Amino acid sequence: MNVTTHPEIAEFDALSGPAGQTRGRALQAVFWVLLIGFVLVAPFMLYPVFVMQLLCFALFACAFNLLIGFTGLLSFGHAAFFGGAAYITGYALTAWGVPPIPGILLGAVFSAALGYVVGALAIRRQGIYFAMITLALAQIVYFFALQLPFTGGENGLQGIPRGHLLGFIDLNQTLNMYYFVAAVFMVGFLIIYRIIHSPFGQVLQAIRENEPRALSLGYNTDRYKLMAFVLSATLAGVAGSTKSIVFQFASLTDAHWQMSGEVILMTLLGGLGTIFGPVVGAFIVVALQQFLSGIGSWVQVVIGATFIACVLLFRRGVVGELARWLKVDSL
Amino acid sequence: MTDTILETQDLQISFGGFMAVKNVNLKIARGTIHAIIGPNGAGKTTVFNLLTKFHTPTGGRILYNGTDITNWKPAEIANHGIVRSFQISAVFPHLTAVENVRLALQRRLGVSYHFWRSKKVLQSLDEEAIARLDQVGLKEFAHLHAVELPYGRKRALEIATTLALEPELMLLDEPTQGMGTEDVGSVTDLIRKVSKGRTIIMVEHNLGVVSKLADTITVLNRGEVLAEGPYEVVSKDPAVMEAYMGVSAEEAEA
Repeated sequence: MNVTTHPEIAEFDALSGPAGQTRGRALQAVFWVLLIGFVLVAPFMLYPVFVMQLLCFALFACAFNLLIGFTGLLSFGHAAFFGGAAYITGYALTAWGVPPIPGILLGAVFSAALGYVVGALAIRRQGIYFAMITLALAQIVYFFALQLPFTGGENGLQGIPRGHLLGFIDLNQTLNMYYFVAAVFMVGFLIIYRIIHSPFGQVLQAIRENEPRALSLGYNTDRYKLMAFVLSATLAGVAGSTKSIVFQFASLTDAHWQMSGEVILMTLLGGLGTIFGPVVGAFIVVALQQFLSGIGSWVQVVIGATFIACVLLFRRGVVGELARWLKVDSL
Repeated sequence: MTDTILETQDLQISFGGFMAVKNVNLKIARGTIHAIIGPNGAGKTTVFNLLTKFHTPTGGRILYNGTDITNWKPAEIANHGIVRSFQISAVFPHLTAVENVRLALQRRLGVSYHFWRSKKVLQSLDEEAIARLDQVGLKEFAHLHAVELPYGRKRALEIATTLALEPELMLLDEPTQGMGTEDVGSVTDLIRKVSKGRTIIMVEHNLGVVSKLADTITVLNRGEVLAEGPYEVVSKDPAVMEAYMGVSAEEAEA
């Protein structure tokens, strides 16, 4: 395509177009290399449990981004899936002696079912009402987490055994545990990547961009939104389940609405609707919490200030602004 | 097959006591361009939303090819050949032009729920999508994001997307709204070009466009049909003149 013959195009910042897409692919490759490299070597450079926490939250944020970034639905109740699955997995491992992988799958099945119920109710409404319904239902889940006999009430579930992977890999060995978490993260991340780049993902983006138009083209948008919601809830559950095995506890914090807020923050900071943004956002938030833990509750102030700076100065988030700056359309 | 593609019988809708549309009886002849005009607030867009099921009527029936579609859902009618456009240009702004059109073609592959497949399966549709873009003069813009296209071209993209569904009946909501004179001309030509072999219902403010395109015109005022017929007849109707100009026929002559 000869751009110069079309003055209308020349006026616009050539954000898209073949050149931008090639650049985008190259840059994506760089991000993949950085991500995989980081995941492989991180436990030798940083405290492994800290990195595992990073990866769990990164997966959580990516799952959340599937909904807000690629479907345009703001859920304010994702802690219910993250925390709910953590409890289910924790209980299955502790009480029934289930091995780690089936335990995580149980958590995922639970959050998928919960996601179906919450999603089916919430997608009847739009915008802020949608968010409020998800929040209200998540609060009900929180109440159950506090009150049900098996959850341990205020204490949560303590001393969840890590168990043996496939019967012979001892997850009590930190590095074994680490590479297991790394594998869960990478598989989850690849699943999300594929969903975004699937025919289904195209319809989701159409719904995000212009729902009435998607409807008029014959797409039953409610069904697509519900499916996206269930997928997002399931993957958020996988993240919660994995976290409960890493830390060997499931607590009310995981199901608290603040957790729902935190995942929104991570996604916004990293870049809504970007592929790698939520990972970066999760790293920033978790790192801030970790390294500033010495200043106590002031951490919240720092995170709040970071959030305000993000919203005012770089609304597309770290990765979103980077993509804009480098003129690529997806990162 | 009858000669009437779409018919409404005593169609009405009220919003909390306010009758926005009362007893509208329309008969749209197959293969024609039928325009719905009327002053602001006459209920044109509401009728449109009723026909495309974005509103559910509180009374009356809608028949499409003789089938009662009154209680169908919007996605259903799209699958039966009725496709609408919107007042504000309805494109998917952050998708490329070719992706926009492909979304209309994609349903036919039956893979739209397949979240586990690569979107490479959609590449088989690219050729056809580009041909559709070519039809409306957008071929060179295929890989640009829709948001980067100028307004007139966005409307053209919207029409290309609608056409990709091969609709039997196209409903265009104010296709030339907000356009410069030059764009109005090209969109008018485009509508005439694509009207071959299908039926078009359009809501339009621009009487110049209506007079050039429409075979039949229905004039709505306060939710009711005021007059119906070809442009020459309708434009001389005293009631229409009064509704439009706010003057009676005698005053206009004087």
